[in-house]
Amino acid sequence: MSVEMAELQKKNGIPPIQFGEEVTGAETLLRCLILEEVEYIFGYPGGAVLPIYDSLYGSYFKHILTRHEQGAIHAADGYARATGKPGVCIATSGPGATNLVTGIATAQMDSVPLVCITGNVAQSLIGTDAFQEANITGITIPITKHSYFVRDIRDLPRIVKEAFHIATTGRPGPVLIDIPKDVANEKAPFTYPDKVEIRGYRASLVPSDKEVQEFVKAVSEAKRPVILAGGGIIAAQAEKELRDFAEKTRIPVINTFMGLGGFPGTHELSLAMPGMHGNYTANQALLNADCVIGLGARFDDRITMGRTKEFAPKARIVHVDIDPAELGKNVDTAVTVAGDVKSTLAKAIPLAKACESEAWISQLKEWKEQYPYKYKKDGDVLKPQAVIELLYNSTDGEAIVTTDVGQHQMWTAQYYKFKHPRSFISSGGLGTMGFGFPAAIGAQIAHPDRTVISVVGDGGFQMTNQELAIVSQYNIPVKVAIVNNQCLGMVRQWQELFYDNRYSQIDLTCSPDFVKLAEAYGVKGLRAHTPEEAEAVWAEALAHDGPVVVDFRVAQEENVYPMVASGNTLDQMELGDD
Amino acid sequence: MQQHTISVLVNDQPGVLTRVATLFGQRGFNIDSITVGGTEEQGLSRMIISTGGDDRQINQLMKQLHKLIDVISVTNLSENPFVSRELALIKVTASPSQLAELNGIVEPFRAAIVDVGPSSLIVQVTGDTEKIDALLVLLQSYGVIELTRTGSVAMARSIVPVTAAATV
Ligand SMILES: Cc1ncc(C[n+]2csc(CCOP(=O)(O)OP(=O)(O)O)c2C)c(N)n1
Repeated sequence: MSVEMAELQKKNGIPPIQFGEEVTGAETLLRCLILEEVEYIFGYPGGAVLPIYDSLYGSYFKHILTRHEQGAIHAADGYARATGKPGVCIATSGPGATNLVTGIATAQMDSVPLVCITGNVAQSLIGTDAFQEANITGITIPITKHSYFVRDIRDLPRIVKEAFHIATTGRPGPVLIDIPKDVANEKAPFTYPDKVEIRGYRASLVPSDKEVQEFVKAVSEAKRPVILAGGGIIAAQAEKELRDFAEKTRIPVINTFMGLGGFPGTHELSLAMPGMHGNYTANQALLNADCVIGLGARFDDRITMGRTKEFAPKARIVHVDIDPAELGKNVDTAVTVAGDVKSTLAKAIPLAKACESEAWISQLKEWKEQYPYKYKKDGDVLKPQAVIELLYNSTDGEAIVTTDVGQHQMWTAQYYKFKHPRSFISSGGLGTMGFGFPAAIGAQIAHPDRTVISVVGDGGFQMTNQELAIVSQYNIPVKVAIVNNQCLGMVRQWQELFYDNRYSQIDLTCSPDFVKLAEAYGVKGLRAHTPEEAEAVWAEALAHDGPVVVDFRVAQEENVYPMVASGNTLDQMELGDD
Repeated sequence: MQQHTISVLVNDQPGVLTRVATLFGQRGFNIDSITVGGTEEQGLSRMIISTGGDDRQINQLMKQLHKLIDVISVTNLSENPFVSRELALIKVTASPSQLAELNGIVEPFRAAIVDVGPSSLIVQVTGDTEKIDALLVLLQSYGVIELTRTGSVAMARSIVPVTAAATV
């Protein structure tokens, strides 16, 4: 055993792991997880993983028993997004494994490091359509960064080591390890490799000096530059470098949805979010810029609207990304850097100088003042935007906020000004309803002392609200804010605008009484109908030392604006009726 | 749209072919032909894939292929001179009395008759796609009962240093 490993065990107060001792595959797995410094596992048992759960019995690990595998993987995902450390989940074979599929795809789309462990039937039964058999490695090939089917216990330590390495390096992503039951039961002397060697795998990409010089040159020539900062800033922990670079070069920063918090939304150079529901200024900046600098952003069609020729029509596009396949994938670029944003910016900062951008900055400032996000206040009616403003003001932007998917998600992205990286957690790429609440549980477990708010719609909450059981069981003090418009709001909005008010299948008036539902799980439940009630109830929720569900009854007809309808370009932006 | 021949060096792991094939489907590319076999090094396989696309698409495809963990290198052979061969077996309606006549057709192609039956025979031919197509046209008049052909195996010509080929 290496010295570092021995120290690690001492530090974590784990009984020393004997190398060379004959142990089962299940025990091998758990020892490997300890050596990877895993602290929490989110999971759900079943026949094929019984050996693993038996080894967990009385062990050092903190295992969170969710009420659905989807809850487990989204919680692991929230944990990973809140910490940058890999999330770990376990599910049994067949239905347990397939219940992970949505969560795996969610993590893949947003580049979240996860290690998903599934059991499978014994190898002698593989391919026989045995009870609870599913070819989960096959099913998940297109939605994992990599996957393993373990055939031999002697490969298991190497596989686990590789899985963590692959999940967390380069462009992060989910890795699946499928372990058949016979391998979990088999015995072998325990070993763990010191190093990972994967031929052909590019774990990190430090750009060459020449690439960085070209990058700096292209940027310095711009008069109307804008940075488009994506989730890559957060994944690479490059927020300080981004800030230094933007301030030194005097370049305004647009945060993509995934990049919110990667640059403070309160900064004078911040232009917040662009795209379909982005703000006027950010979109105008893209339309008028002479240089768009994509940093760890993938030019998603929620920003380009899929009309890539009309996107940023006056700009040279400069693109830095750790994944070379992103360069030139969606938009034509003038300069590309295949590299980690953090090391690229660190190399660029000493070379960079201020752009002649002051006239541009004051133009943007004018737009910002003229066209802020706005909504019409309406007496006693509680507006959903007002709920988000309340959450922001009451926490001074310091909370970790997770959202589900729909209108409330967009309002949160608009009205909560995220200051810190990893404080906004939301399913951006896949748009997974049911994600927000379990993700908040993972984030709160990672940060027990911070305020964690889960903003959910009345629709999406009902996809995973059974996880109220675990916030109750483990006293996880998540504050759930249901933006309850009694319908599938985002669908309603599209039906109103594009389907002639034909509201097909969006009525959620027959939902449970969320206050009683919370109480049924032993969780505090509160309700507000008016702005005044909202303030009082929310203060009570924040003051409560434990989980709370707050049912904010909001106006149903509210739409998310600004909006660029699909098919349109960024200059065809609806600002809303007020 | 241009035809490209891509050489992909991969770990010889179960499921690698599925991963590569899935990537093509997932990213909207078509596979015209694919061959897989052993290489000079144990534990590695080489895939030769023919596909169509413009430069941008092929570039993207190569980068996406390289993202697969089991892929070690990706080379676009079409960017430089390369050698490519296919093998075909063609079963033709013919009686033994027509053997000489058929030999006359087959020989200029350096093909061979490798099986003779009472009413059919099998021609074996190797070469580039065009050559095989040309022989097929000639044999068609006899009646082709069955045809099986491999995709291309291909290799860059030695005048091109390996590092100069477009490799991701
Ligand atoms: C799993 C899943 N199913 C369906 C959708 C499509 N969808 C997107 S937003 C939305 C409505 C969400 O309604 P609600 O949760 O009440 O939130 P609101 O939009 O009202 O804030 C739906 C159905 C989705 N994103 N995810």
